[in-house]
Amino acid sequence: MGAPSRHEASVAVRPAAVTARGWGWRHAGRAKPAVRGLNLEIRPGERVLLLGPSGAGKSTLLHALAGVLGDINDDGGDASESDETGSLLVDGAVPREQRGRAGLMQQDPETQVVLSRVGDDVAFGAENLAVPRDAIWARVHEALDDVGLSHLPLDHPTSALSGGQKQRLALAGILAMRPGLILLDEPTANLDPAGVLEVRDAVGRCVDKTGATLVVVEHRVSVWKDLVDRIVVLQPGSATDDAVLLDGPPDQVLADARTMLAAAGVWVPGYVPETRARSANPAAGSGGLLLAAEHLAVSRERPRRSGFRKIPPVPVQRDVSAQVRAGQALAITGPNGAGKSTFALTVAGLLEPVAGKVSATLDLSRGAGIDPFKWKAEELIERIGTVFQEPEHQFVTGKVLDELLFGPRHLGHGEERVDELLERLRLTHLVDANPYTLSGGEKRRLSVATVLAAHPQVLVLDEPTFGQDANTWAELASFLSELLDAGTAVVSVTHDAEFTAALGGTELRMAAAEPVAP
Amino acid sequence: MRQELNLRGNQALLTRANPLSKFAAVFLITAVLALSIDWVSASVALAFEFLLFPLAGLTLTLLWQRGWPLILAAAVGGWSTSILAPDSGRTLIDVGIWSMSEGSLELGVGFMLRGLAIALPAVLLMSCTDPTDLADALAQKARLPHRFVLGTLAAMRLVGLMAEEWQTIGMARRARGVGSRGNAVQRLKATLGQSFGLLVQAIRRASRLAVTMEARGFGGGRRTWARESTFSALDAWVIAGGVVMAGTAVVAAVSLGTWNMVWLGS
Repeated sequence: MGAPSRHEASVAVRPAAVTARGWGWRHAGRAKPAVRGLNLEIRPGERVLLLGPSGAGKSTLLHALAGVLGDINDDGGDASESDETGSLLVDGAVPREQRGRAGLMQQDPETQVVLSRVGDDVAFGAENLAVPRDAIWARVHEALDDVGLSHLPLDHPTSALSGGQKQRLALAGILAMRPGLILLDEPTANLDPAGVLEVRDAVGRCVDKTGATLVVVEHRVSVWKDLVDRIVVLQPGSATDDAVLLDGPPDQVLADARTMLAAAGVWVPGYVPETRARSANPAAGSGGLLLAAEHLAVSRERPRRSGFRKIPPVPVQRDVSAQVRAGQALAITGPNGAGKSTFALTVAGLLEPVAGKVSATLDLSRGAGIDPFKWKAEELIERIGTVFQEPEHQFVTGKVLDELLFGPRHLGHGEERVDELLERLRLTHLVDANPYTLSGGEKRRLSVATVLAAHPQVLVLDEPTFGQDANTWAELASFLSELLDAGTAVVSVTHDAEFTAALGGTELRMAAAEPVAP
Repeated sequence: MRQELNLRGNQALLTRANPLSKFAAVFLITAVLALSIDWVSASVALAFEFLLFPLAGLTLTLLWQRGWPLILAAAVGGWSTSILAPDSGRTLIDVGIWSMSEGSLELGVGFMLRGLAIALPAVLLMSCTDPTDLADALAQKARLPHRFVLGTLAAMRLVGLMAEEWQTIGMARRARGVGSRGNAVQRLKATLGQSFGLLVQAIRRASRLAVTMEARGFGGGRRTWARESTFSALDAWVIAGGVVMAGTAVVAAVSLGTWNMVWLGS
């Protein structure tokens, strides 16, 4: 807890203290406050992991501490209609008035990068704080060194970085501001396992060096447990209940409340939620070949036009073959950037192969032709259903019920199955809600339900468990195991070894793509 | 898009000039060419522009890759002018309503060369100017508000992402049964839906980026600049070059009697 040994470095900053007294915040246009009745004291140099169910207001608290709450929010609401109660202070003053005292990292790596060259991006925050030019470049070099990116030239394009590197770059940009408070809002939720450790270790090194106060919001406790010295569990506060449910050293909180946290969907260390086991007696027709990919070369890019010439794209993977069989799971695994999603989308008839072919057997094509990419959209959805990584990409209506009815209405049959899906995926109480307003877990369940409403024989899922809490994770795995037993083929692109194990089946491991000369 | 905005590997001389002086030179040349439709001033300017290619690190292949729509547009414009403009002089082609005479051909060629001569400086400018350097110059030298300049610069980085997002949304919607094939009305409907999806994502991304920028202290009053935008002797040469090019084009056209002010008619 801010022990002196942590402050040995030359760049030690003055760590910040946080004080919340009966603090609450209601976003403009919302009936319920996002945070209510928060009483919390964080001493300078403490490192806190913030846990709690979605809707407990963790992100709202972090935004408030960073001094960015109110101006802009995700719904574009007007700040003047939002509502603050109690007090939230950093070093005894309002966060908004202390630019640069806190640095915030958010989840989506793409929006953590501001400028197009590595050096400029790190310098951005320091420039805004009016640090003199010479001092800025000294800080940039030091910050890049601290996050382990000093091997990159300063004019290296930020677009060429991996997700983990982008997050480390964002951390460098924060460090260059020399903040006393570092706030991380699910910094590793969009990263592969290697990227998660990369970012976690960089954060550890940096707080060791600077002694800054750290507040992290994350679902995966095991990743951060050893780096923090305190866990605070939040709950949706009320008029009578305090927003802080539990507070203490990590081991004590995890020992006292392990069962309760697990029940709330928190990924406590060593806990794998129970899922439905696959049945021993497969459905009739199980194991039959539905879809075969032979010697595929895949790329997301379309042929490039250079004047009148057409240049085929450089594939991210070549010569990959796979078979999709009824009632069997196929897991596509491998590091980020290996082309796993691209391969899956090509097999799913959404991308055209650069070379090789995807062919549907007669059991699947049922008269629609051999090549899924050539199928009409209506033909595709009742044969192969694809659930994208980002559920919002697939929403096509303004109401949950309409989303589910969309496929069946287009096909002209299958509307009767919608009620069962609503029930099974616990969406019944949300039928009238706007899909964009749902929580992360609800969006994921809805996107799976909408695709299944068309009753496809093959289900392709791209990172279905990314950023999900343990409860949604278990529900999804159990539901897919039922589908598999009923004869549906399930293809999932995933980094999640536990998920792969829960579904069984075969694994297709892809090696990292060779670096391509630009 | 993203590769095209990136200047890495271009070591040409003009990449080191200040974007503002390059802008000034381009403005001079295009303003003069806009005054007159004649083939002499346009050809003189074009000849100079081709000479500048190596200085800007541009090659004919790159020009064709980046500028082929402009080149085609200039050619089509020239062709249609020569058959549609009022005839004068000897008739060269006469097919029904289309006729081409010496006078209209001269006008057409002038139109085409002028189109190219006006478009090329912009391509030259783009190929030797880094957007970040341009933003630095606009904010530090031209004194435009830094909030506006840096906001635009950061948003431009998202444009490349939007192109990827467009493709993903297209696929995601096909997986929901929204066909982007079929007749014109169906395709239009699908495109409108996809555009709406992209708009929603763009707004979300933009607001997250705005939070990132604000959390890094952006939007306050005074700020410093890690990269100083400077003028050097090279910039004097760039502007002088612009004056010489524009001047030579006018003098050549006037002395050969082809100078033809647009608003005075032919």
